[in-house]
Amino acid sequence: MIRIENLSKTYGDTTVVQPVSLTIEKGHIAALVGTSGSGKTTLLRMINRLVEPSSGKVWIGDEDAATIAPHLLRRRIGYAIQGHGLFPHRTLAQNIAMVPQLLGWKPRDISDRVDELLTLFQLDPARFRDRMPHQLSGGQQQRVGVARALAARPEVLLMDEPFGALDPVIRAKAQDDLRDIQRQLGTTLVIVTHDMEEAVTLGDRIAVMDKGVLLQYGPPTEILTHPATPFVEALIGKAERPFRLLSLSHIGDIAVPGEAEGPALPRDTSARDALAQCLWLGRDRLAVQGGGVVTLEALRTRAKGDGA
Amino acid sequence: MIARLILAALACLLVAFLLTPQSFAWLFVPLTKNGAPPIYTQTGLLSLTLSHLGLVALASLASTIVAVGLGVLVTRPAGREFLPLARTITSIGQTFPPVAVLALAVPAMGFGAGPTLVALFLYGLLPIFENTLTALQNLPPSVIEAARGMGLTRRQRLLQVELPLALPVILAGVRLSVVISLATATIGSTVAAHTLGEVIIAGLLSANTAFVVQGGLIVGLIAVLIYEGFQQVEKATARRIGQMQQE
Repeated sequence: MIRIENLSKTYGDTTVVQPVSLTIEKGHIAALVGTSGSGKTTLLRMINRLVEPSSGKVWIGDEDAATIAPHLLRRRIGYAIQGHGLFPHRTLAQNIAMVPQLLGWKPRDISDRVDELLTLFQLDPARFRDRMPHQLSGGQQQRVGVARALAARPEVLLMDEPFGALDPVIRAKAQDDLRDIQRQLGTTLVIVTHDMEEAVTLGDRIAVMDKGVLLQYGPPTEILTHPATPFVEALIGKAERPFRLLSLSHIGDIAVPGEAEGPALPRDTSARDALAQCLWLGRDRLAVQGGGVVTLEALRTRAKGDGA
Repeated sequence: MIARLILAALACLLVAFLLTPQSFAWLFVPLTKNGAPPIYTQTGLLSLTLSHLGLVALASLASTIVAVGLGVLVTRPAGREFLPLARTITSIGQTFPPVAVLALAVPAMGFGAGPTLVALFLYGLLPIFENTLTALQNLPPSVIEAARGMGLTRRQRLLQVELPLALPVILAGVRLSVVISLATATIGSTVAAHTLGEVIIAGLLSANTAFVVQGGLIVGLIAVLIYEGFQQVEKATARRIGQMQQE
């Protein structure tokens, strides 16, 4: 759990982050969204004290972050950034082993952990352990960046636009993988993004920031259906809102009894994809695996944010 | 490939000449007048070359340690204010003529290798310092940010990340410095240091062009070989960290 209390940052006369308070539950994902210059990255960097707060406190679990030496604090908190920041002169194994080494793990444990993480991120250890970062594709580098951040089993993982440099197809896959791994490990995750789509996809809660002020902090549905200010509404994008809402529910949850022609869709298909299918096939109902149908009517209701 | 063969041939030629200078005498005879000796024999060419190289190596080592040290110092938060001072010192070292350094150093240190070492040391600082500075100031920001974010201490960041990544550019500075020193060391012989300058000066004093040419040729050949050697090492380190495409 991370508790942020009245955290603010000023440089001279400029206030970059106005006092912010928010709590991120253990095992949850919080997405900090905003335009550039909104203070979201500064807020993130205050959590591991890459930026020293001007006022306020950060609690990691029940420990005050200000009482831990910065480099020791950072070894306990995973950190992954845009452009991955892998050490170009070290092999992948050495990159991943960095923090465990700093923490004085046994070599045996470190090498086991490296293999475990490479496997978790779908990189065959035998093939990839001794490669240099520049020999990988962008998507692979990014995965190693996240693997490295998770190496010492941190309770908390901070990510600053980790998928910013990836192309859309790889990005979607990377987001899915991250979510799976995060659920599996139970890591508390704070992710900074300028992309509302990414925030909705990943976030259990979304914090919207603008000009150093936290405008709204809540679950994606609440942000989408009840934007607190015109800025939040603009960030969501009026044209996108129904689709983003639909992307939050699975058709298994809105299926009703009935029969429909055509192949059945898996229950964890997003309502958004189901709507696309309806429109593309010109049907008003689709079969759902395991029985039942999803109707265009139900999708329409969802898209208006009702019954969510 | 062809370039490498030529270099290997040059290296063999150099070694052969240094070991048995007399077998090349016929080459230098046309440059002599009135039956003057074509090969310098007052001191062995090999011994002069080794002493020349020793002086350059010692001076360059000292320049490297001091210049890299200065470069590291002025890129730390605590040392940033020394940047202008360090720049001034190294620039003066480069612009102050080595001959003048010799003239000033002799009264204090006497004749011999000492004044030459000082002159070469000062002369060699600037390229290494400037390259170290450029390298340390232009490291990939995401890598440095990641290193901080992972909890490396300042010292760990410097030794494990910053210097290894800066190495190719620092080496390029050392290369320039060494090559400049190789040529500059010849003037050390004006104050009785054992360098290949002795051959050139002897040639000037006795109007023997053969001496001047052989002194100059040996220095030039060594400079080319060392330059190439350094470039290979630089390329290898740069390739390792992915800064250069495979050839």
